Amino acid sequence: MRTDRFAITEQEFNPRLPLRRRFGGLFGLLSAAAILIGLVTLGLLIADVVRDGWQVLSWDFLTSYPSRRPQDAGILSALVGTFYILLLVTVIAFPLGVAAAVYLEEFAPKSRLTAFIEVNISNLAAVPSIVYGLLGLGVFVRTFMLGRSLIAGALTLSLLVLPIIIVASREAVRAVPPSIREAGLALGASPWQTARYFVLPAAFPGILTGTILALARAIGETAPLITIGALTYVAFTPKSLFDPFTVLPIQIFNWVSRPQPAFHDRAAGGIIVLLAVLLLFNATAILLRARLQRKIRF
Amino acid sequence: MTVATRDERYIKEPTEPRALRIERLSVWYGVHQAIREVSFTIPARRITALIGPSGCGKSTLLRALNRMHDLTPEARVEGSVWWGEIDLYAPSTDPVWVRRHIGMIFQKPNPFPKSIFDNVAFGLRVNGYRGDIAARVEEALRKAALWDEVKDKLQKNALTLSGGQQQRLCIARAIALGPQILLMDEPCSALDPIATMRIEDLMRELAHTYTIVIVTHNMQQASRVSHYTAFLLADEDGTGELIEYAATRELFLRPRDRRTEDYITGRIG
Repeated sequence: MRTDRFAITEQEFNPRLPLRRRFGGLFGLLSAAAILIGLVTLGLLIADVVRDGWQVLSWDFLTSYPSRRPQDAGILSALVGTFYILLLVTVIAFPLGVAAAVYLEEFAPKSRLTAFIEVNISNLAAVPSIVYGLLGLGVFVRTFMLGRSLIAGALTLSLLVLPIIIVASREAVRAVPPSIREAGLALGASPWQTARYFVLPAAFPGILTGTILALARAIGETAPLITIGALTYVAFTPKSLFDPFTVLPIQIFNWVSRPQPAFHDRAAGGIIVLLAVLLLFNATAILLRARLQRKIRF
Repeated sequence: MTVATRDERYIKEPTEPRALRIERLSVWYGVHQAIREVSFTIPARRITALIGPSGCGKSTLLRALNRMHDLTPEARVEGSVWWGEIDLYAPSTDPVWVRRHIGMIFQKPNPFPKSIFDNVAFGLRVNGYRGDIAARVEEALRKAALWDEVKDKLQKNALTLSGGQQQRLCIARAIALGPQILLMDEPCSALDPIATMRIEDLMRELAHTYTIVIVTHNMQQASRVSHYTAFLLADEDGTGELIEYAATRELFLRPRDRRTEDYITGRIG
């Protein structure tokens, strides 16, 4: 029935449905293989670490200071140091990063200067961490005379993760639909009130994701802290912000570089604890994000 | 006038050749049942309107007709939709195949962020069109009454078009594949009256060749363009049911169910 010139018959198509279905299946398999490669590698690494380190895990291991005798050596000072550092980095970098992102997205004039600043923040995220260590050494340790203290380490790591938080937060703020802002502004809310009551809550899950990634980076950093002079052997826990400190990666690094195999097992134990701390932090943030996301949907 | 019981409904099936036969179709989203046991026949080369208040399940019903619910993980469909001898929900029916023959136009125009030409050519390319793609693109744009407006800027991004033009582009790319059936989900709700009129003219023109099923909130539109009208209403659980189905003139002039009359006269909904 071709009364209409526009009508079309099945013969004019070669849909090759079975072939396309097979392609789809193949692509699904490839994607599954891609995730398997990552998972298997990670699984092997963890299995290797757990095999070496599980027998050193004990309450004593967590509550002892490092020692020259491997059987007595523990990670108390490193664990406490890592905890303090993470806490301080969160308190310093999170508000600064979010505020900078909100300024850039919501308040800054769309000028060349703003664009220039934005590009450079993205570039900063890729600067090697040792450079931040040198910066921290020059600025916080020497100029501000903070010494090899907890606060100098936290400030240095905060600088390191700030670009990550800013870039992620900006993306999250930008993803909030303009109609939400228009709705707030049209009711007579000031730009700040609109940002405070609507844009920030809507962007918060994305901001948290960025912060999780940033903190995960901070917890694993060793080089900048060694550069500013964090100690490798600390037989006390910091009592104030200005006390010397050490963190888990430094302690692990220290044990790995010793000749005695018994210390290598301690290092593996330390890695397990580091992973557990990281998991704990991330799980908290992910739970928080999941709860927020249930409340806000577009 | 009475309210039909669940067993005897005011459903007057068309006498024309059938395009789709919907049999006891139910759709769930998780535990919520969105429509319950809808059965009626959609005539070929006619315009059938689905009307009813918000939340009555008319869009859900429309999306069930080309297996769009497959994309929603929590959605579940029961019942059958017969297209000739083929049950669209039989395990052996490929949804990709179904959607090429049963096209869909969405509420908000959704052209791809590509050139006008590529928007129409995409479906032809992925389905292995053997003919001259450029010629077919032109024919489809002509058929959608858009050719004269875009013939000099086929390589421009489709998002530069106005809302009404974007919607006609979406119609053009759907009919380029030569579907038998076009599903339209409130295709004019985002358009101004003039653009709406043009789309309605286009629908009348297309109905010579295609079966059209349109969901609309606008009862004037349903009475203006459609040949048959189905009225759906949600019960107290929010589950939509088919209340009345008849030729449009009949349903609007002599509704048989009190609820239909209440709705079309503006007393509910």
